[in-house]
Amino acid sequence: MSEAFLYTVEVFLNGLMAGVLYALVALGFVLIYKASGIFNFAQGVMALFAAMTLVGFQNGQVPFAHLINATFGLHVTNFGWNLHSVVAVFLTVLVMIFLAWAVQRFVFRHLVGQEPIILFMATIGLAYFLEGFADLMWGSEIKTLDLCWSAGHCLPQGGNFWIEDMTAGLGGEGFYGFFIDSLDIVAAVVAMVLVAALVAFAQYTKQGRAMRAVADDHQAALSVGVSLNFIWILVWSLAGFVALVAGIMWGAKSGVQFSLSLIALKALPVLMLGGFTSIPGAIVGGLIIGVGEKLFEFLIGAPFLGGATENWFAYMLALLFLVFRPQGLFGEKIIERV
Amino acid sequence: MFYREAGEFRTTYKEDSQTFPIRFDRWRYYFVLFVAICVIPFMVNDYWVNSIFLPFLIYAIAAIGLNILVGYCGQVSLGTGGFMAVGAYACYKLMTAFPDVSMFIHVILAGVITAGVGMLFGLPSLRIKGFYLAVATLAAQFFLVWLFNRVPWFYNYSASGQINAPERDTFGILITGPNTEAWATYLFCLIFTVVSAIIARNLTRGSVGRKWMAIRDMDIAAEIIGVNPLTAKLSAFAISSFFVGISGALFFSVYLGAVEVGEAFGINKSFLVLFMIIIGGLGSIFGSFAGAAFLVLLPVALKVVGVDWLGWPTDIVAHLQLVIVGALIIVFLIAEPHGIAQLWRVTKEKLRLWPFPH
Repeated sequence: MSEAFLYTVEVFLNGLMAGVLYALVALGFVLIYKASGIFNFAQGVMALFAAMTLVGFQNGQVPFAHLINATFGLHVTNFGWNLHSVVAVFLTVLVMIFLAWAVQRFVFRHLVGQEPIILFMATIGLAYFLEGFADLMWGSEIKTLDLCWSAGHCLPQGGNFWIEDMTAGLGGEGFYGFFIDSLDIVAAVVAMVLVAALVAFAQYTKQGRAMRAVADDHQAALSVGVSLNFIWILVWSLAGFVALVAGIMWGAKSGVQFSLSLIALKALPVLMLGGFTSIPGAIVGGLIIGVGEKLFEFLIGAPFLGGATENWFAYMLALLFLVFRPQGLFGEKIIERV
Repeated sequence: MFYREAGEFRTTYKEDSQTFPIRFDRWRYYFVLFVAICVIPFMVNDYWVNSIFLPFLIYAIAAIGLNILVGYCGQVSLGTGGFMAVGAYACYKLMTAFPDVSMFIHVILAGVITAGVGMLFGLPSLRIKGFYLAVATLAAQFFLVWLFNRVPWFYNYSASGQINAPERDTFGILITGPNTEAWATYLFCLIFTVVSAIIARNLTRGSVGRKWMAIRDMDIAAEIIGVNPLTAKLSAFAISSFFVGISGALFFSVYLGAVEVGEAFGINKSFLVLFMIIIGGLGSIFGSFAGAAFLVLLPVALKVVGVDWLGWPTDIVAHLQLVIVGALIIVFLIAEPHGIAQLWRVTKEKLRLWPFPH
């Protein structure tokens, strides 16, 4: 096999892995959109917020330390302990559930029945609020996220040597095997488990069925005794949990920082490709975008267009795609009645 | 008390349908114009112009432009920053290519070029709508910023990748560059703002504006009663982008002077202008001004309170500003979806009856 071909395959594989991470963020969008018709722009910031909270708990940071110090002239920064990762994750999940309750109670309960675009703008406001809030609470410097469930067992970093060694024989002298981030492999596995769990939850549990009923028609669901409040809080909590997982993966990969919420913007074109209402669509869309932008950058962007085409390729692809198929690959057909 | 309408008789349609039909309103409008044109230029200094008046006037133009698209025509756009960048770079290329031409013409031409680009990116709106369109306009935002970053022709192959406004004048008065007078830049921007507002007001109450609003309220029904969605939507994109382009050109050439595209015209700029029209009021020219004033003054006020009075570090104030803006968006959407403009309308109604509300 020629080396150019092998490099293309490597880019393809890496794109696949990046796509899994996009899909992970996109999942959160789909969950909320299906259950409440809200297009949650704040999903990316929720991932950032979750990751920051996790790191904050792990390092025993004092929340709002900066603000407290500035107001009272103190110098507190740290409680002086380091929480175990599992405890920290548990606490963060509690925070995300509380956040879900607060969002539901203080924002969207008052906006029931508004036009989708109003709800969308409200989530943009929410994104700004959360972003500022997270920075106030935990400080805005870039943090590293290391997740260890026991001594020596952490989220892996760097390339996977096993795959590199196994595939080194495919090419000639200059080819050292496929370079694939171990973390990406973990992320892919986690994403698959998460999707399977979510689908199982939606199909086979009582709450899952209620969730689907609300998604279908919330007035009808209300009339047969489903508690809308509970379901919406449940859905936002689930989205918060997905955000936490996405935040952990992205955070471990590139540090917990503001650009995390911009990466999550990439989930939007993923959704447009996959359709807003389809969980498999989110996965497939993520993979297409991930592979597409990496291959485009490798084959056309870097050699001919000056590079960094990854910034816009996904959006352009989604735009062109939408013109021909507005409901996405797997979305329900849009039928308009007058 | 204030709005005495007794004794105001309007005998022609023209009088009845003017923008300010009540005499008090009209006088107030003339008074504001008078103060803006004849008083403020003699009182301002560099600080006031650069931190309040210029950003207010320039953002007001951008807000009017976006309001035409979002508030009147119902097409949500998140690409404002990108279109402002088009205006800025078009202005830069024109300024450097034709140094002898008046700045007025450069800015207007920059608006025209932006209108063309806006129409191009408005084409998908014929097929998709709502937040699908909002995300599609993100393509414009990211693509345009990338384009101006990567293609050296746009920044005249300068080593830093920035564009710097050279010294240009109009009628012999310096408008751009480091040696400008505060009153000159202020008046230059003021003229554009006032004329834009007048044009926008008259477009939105004429047949074009009614077509936009029909499309906004229900596009299929509008099509059935004979509104051509192609021309209505594309004209909204073109005119909106024209204003946004003008504001981008002014923002670069008069206000900042030097621009790095990703920093000055990033996605945050799109959101900022969108927030202005949400807080100010969708579908209202006055709302565009109110929203722009509010979001220009808020950081200044926060800085005075937080940094100067309470002695907080600037980064805390910056974060607090995000929290406040986000919360305000939500509060406005819940409590008053039509923004400051609606509050103003309600106040006016109250004042007309005051002190006998029955």
